[in-house]
Amino acid sequence: MSTRLATGGRLTDRSKPMSFRFNGQNLRGVQGDTLASALLASGQLLMGRSFKYHRPRGPVASGAEEPNALVNLGQGARFEPNQRATTTELFDGLTATSQNHWPSLNFDVGAVNTHLSRFLPAGFYYKMFIHPRPLWKHFYEPIIRRSAGLGAAPDAETVDADTYEHFYAFTDVLILGGGVAGLQAALGAAGSGAQVLLLEQSADWGGRTPVDGGEIDGKPVQDWINDAVQALGNMDNVTLRNRTMGAGVYDHGYALGYERLNDHAPEAAGPRHRLWRIRARQIVTATGAIERPLSFAGNDVPGVLLASAVRDYVVNYGVSIGDRTVVVTNNDDAYRTAICLQEHGLDVPVILDARPQGGGALMQQAEALGIRVLRGKAIASVQGSRKVTGVTICAQAGEGAVLETIACDAVAMSGGWSPVVHLWSHCGGKLVWDEQQAFFRPDLGKAPTGHDGTPFVIPAGAANGYIHLRDTLTDATTAGVSAATAAGFKPKSTAVPQAPEQPEAPMMAVWLMPQGANVALRAKAWLDFQNDVKVSDIQLAAQEGYESVEHAKRYTTLGMATDQGKLSNINGLATLSRALGADIPSVGTTTFRPPYTPISMGAIAGQARGEIFQPVRETPLHQWHQSHAAHWEPVGQWRRPYCFPQGGETVEQAVQREVIATRASLGLLDASTLGKIVVKGPDAGRFLDMLYTNMMSTLPVGKCRYGLMCSENGFLMDDGVVARISDDTWLCHTTTGGAERIHGHMEEWLQTEWWDWKVYTANVTEQYAQIAVVGPNARKLLEKLGGMDVSKDALPFMQWSDGTLAGIPARIFRISFSGELSYEVAVPASQGLALWEMLHAAGAEWNATAYGTEALHILRAEKGFIMIGDETDGTVIPQDLGLGWAISKKKADYIGKRAQARSHMTDPTRWQLVGLETADGSVLPDGALAAAPGKNANGQRNTQGRVTSTYHSPTLGRGIAMGLVLNGPERMGETLEFSKLDGTTVPTKIVNAVFFDPEGEKQNV
Amino acid sequence: MLILECPYCGVKAEETELHGGGEAHLVRRGPDSSDDAFESYLFQRQNPKGVHFERWRHAYGCGKWFHAARCTATLEVFGTYSAQVSEPPQQIRDRIAARRPGWSWSDQG
Repeated sequence: MSTRLATGGRLTDRSKPMSFRFNGQNLRGVQGDTLASALLASGQLLMGRSFKYHRPRGPVASGAEEPNALVNLGQGARFEPNQRATTTELFDGLTATSQNHWPSLNFDVGAVNTHLSRFLPAGFYYKMFIHPRPLWKHFYEPIIRRSAGLGAAPDAETVDADTYEHFYAFTDVLILGGGVAGLQAALGAAGSGAQVLLLEQSADWGGRTPVDGGEIDGKPVQDWINDAVQALGNMDNVTLRNRTMGAGVYDHGYALGYERLNDHAPEAAGPRHRLWRIRARQIVTATGAIERPLSFAGNDVPGVLLASAVRDYVVNYGVSIGDRTVVVTNNDDAYRTAICLQEHGLDVPVILDARPQGGGALMQQAEALGIRVLRGKAIASVQGSRKVTGVTICAQAGEGAVLETIACDAVAMSGGWSPVVHLWSHCGGKLVWDEQQAFFRPDLGKAPTGHDGTPFVIPAGAANGYIHLRDTLTDATTAGVSAATAAGFKPKSTAVPQAPEQPEAPMMAVWLMPQGANVALRAKAWLDFQNDVKVSDIQLAAQEGYESVEHAKRYTTLGMATDQGKLSNINGLATLSRALGADIPSVGTTTFRPPYTPISMGAIAGQARGEIFQPVRETPLHQWHQSHAAHWEPVGQWRRPYCFPQGGETVEQAVQREVIATRASLGLLDASTLGKIVVKGPDAGRFLDMLYTNMMSTLPVGKCRYGLMCSENGFLMDDGVVARISDDTWLCHTTTGGAERIHGHMEEWLQTEWWDWKVYTANVTEQYAQIAVVGPNARKLLEKLGGMDVSKDALPFMQWSDGTLAGIPARIFRISFSGELSYEVAVPASQGLALWEMLHAAGAEWNATAYGTEALHILRAEKGFIMIGDETDGTVIPQDLGLGWAISKKKADYIGKRAQARSHMTDPTRWQLVGLETADGSVLPDGALAAAPGKNANGQRNTQGRVTSTYHSPTLGRGIAMGLVLNGPERMGETLEFSKLDGTTVPTKIVNAVFFDPEGEKQNV
Repeated sequence: MLILECPYCGVKAEETELHGGGEAHLVRRGPDSSDDAFESYLFQRQNPKGVHFERWRHAYGCGKWFHAARCTATLEVFGTYSAQVSEPPQQIRDRIAARRPGWSWSDQG
């Protein structure tokens, strides 16, 4: 059983006990513990269940690479799933629960999967659940979703109680990793005067070096580290940040740092996480190395850990995994674990060294301590299910015949080390296979390059393949100096700190243990612990033809878990290359993508939440709407009143009242959100002729014309009324929310295609308040305000005029989007509210009624006017909508003209706009489809039309709709069956889309 | 992301200011063009691993469109220049040829 040793723990302070809860149980740890070390100290080795087979799992590592020990952390508004216990610093009051089990961690029903694993091979889900197809959605998927997933999703209604922020930083040299390599690289770079930013993911500096002890420059490594941190801290040009992970390296020296400010102290003030958005001239990746597991049967049983992790728990936290630890290795480093355990009074019954000749000086040291060493031997299998009870021993060269069984309660394994090349690789750094040490290391000739084509990333120390302290220090010094030089500084000469030589015997690549393991053993030899991918799964994938490492990864899910294969990738691709009979470099690695370990969604969002997630645009009348109970609707970034419910009205009742009041007498609409773009210059007319489908250059000064704008591939993108202001000036109205897009569209063509045309555009949308005065009494109201002649003769339909209305400078457009007598009055934004209030006061005698967007929609739909975004969806051309009259036949060219001549665009079977009237007067569902006989190639029912706009018309007292229907205009009076949401259909007649006042008598008075 | 210098205002800008606009130096095909030529203009784009000419807009800066010549594989930027040209200027071509021996505009155009 794991426990706290009587003494030791270099990172802990036993005088400061802390209490925490795990699965409802009160436990105790000490300051400096991680959640994992505190759980182990409490005898809690079992920390979770695996993803697929629900196998019991304890931690296998001690750091960021941990695949197993994931917990639900926190509660309520601070709940977060899938947090690694190995990197979670303990604090007083921490609350965690284990994941992926039911009903309990100790007894889990899903664990039956492990007995079925023979029937759940690689690609099982793809193979099993594909047939019969209909079962997927309603049967397989719900069941799989319930049993899949690791942690629980946070409650959807709960808002994260913490705050987060982004921070921009610029530096000459960014160093990622604060181990001895990072510290030494920083010293090497900082002497030049360059700005240096050094990030370390954990709370402590120095990385793993202090665990193994030894000396640098004749002093204990911890002293050297302390001195280095102090020296750097005293330099004005150096910034040190611990608890800050280098998350990603991107184009042109961009990097992300992920700072965890108070995960370890949740009551502290300030943001929880800070995302550093860094631009660096040079980046040094001093990210260390990660030990690899060995692939033997039962290597996932709780109590089997990486040899380095066993050592870390003892030295850093004073915690032992077991009393009797078998060490199994293919290299010398794991002997340090055996020696360390022995020195702490723990028993190491045997060291199994897969190498026939065994190791070097460290082996001799272990044997001198009396530890039994077996050369050329391997673990055949681990005994025990919820914890290790023993191992069987066999020859590494054989197939697993058991030579001996040894009782033990822990196994420390080492398959060699892999440099952490992730950050080197993120932005295109290539790798080279080091045959001797059996790992990928950075290919220094193929570094990520910056804007000038020169490298901007330099790997240092173990991350560059220099695993031994002496070599690490030499390489890190060079890296730091090189980075400063490349950043344009002149480094001072930096002495290389000296560490004693530690000669080691060569390691031996071991990808399967024993090398000839039979299928029963291979099916229990785990590669990816979190996703339950075994040696046998990769072999099956290769056998089934998944030869690309990227394909095999996705087929088996190797390396696709939250740990992103930090432990499994090299073993997995070595297994694949063996199965394919290819060498490892030719199989290659999967792509390393940022972030290095998962970062919180809160950090990504930063401050952009709530009210500042995106700006809200308000019209000059916004406050009036607000104080008149507006029911708001977001339209792009604008807020527009949907309607103004009064005295207990429902939204629907308010909309119906507003429509009726407008048709009967007088309605007032805030139309300020309409886009207003001035187009001016000698070539403005010519330009607008290219922009709109109809002719704008011939529009007389003083008149208005409705225009359509298409994209270059012919589709209708915007519409609006264009007014000619003067000989060389036009004012183009766009849809609400379309102003910026259309202005950008104009500028793109002017700047990149017709740059020699003399045209100037200005988006003046927010300069004006625009109010639509609509209804039979609209003219009377404006006449009552006085100052401008708005009579039929002075201001006929589709004309505009400038003047002063009730003392306010105004431009009045006689245009109508409702079919009523209608004026749109534009005044300076600052005077909009004054005019609006005057209109209401003076209009009271005609029951002047403010109406919102929904009434606007109904009024236009009753008249068969299209709405961009309802009748159009990016696949509709004006010809589909009966708008051929607005397309000039005379013009040689306009944007979209050529595309509208393509065969698909001129296809007579394109669906066309019609009106739709249900037989029972009901309102059709939006988007409803009309069925047609027969089925398509996918076995779905054929369709012959769809609803694009649908409303209850208070004017007509029935449902009205518009839709696109096959040969629609030729099928007037025909009845189609449109589907309803309840699965039934409703008979619907094809009619003219102009439901109300088809002669247009009301607007021309 | 990339840092590009706006040739109009001289600002070195990145993702918070710039907006990408696809391949540069396309020749617009109008009503008289053949189906093939029009399709090519509208839809066919180069996707080279290497030298590429792109349109960018300094959208949250001066608002101007400009062109950038860069290598899609190494992210090297050979230069930015006015959008109001139909071919890359000689200076840009020379710089690319110096960095990529054997490259020539005629192979691209």
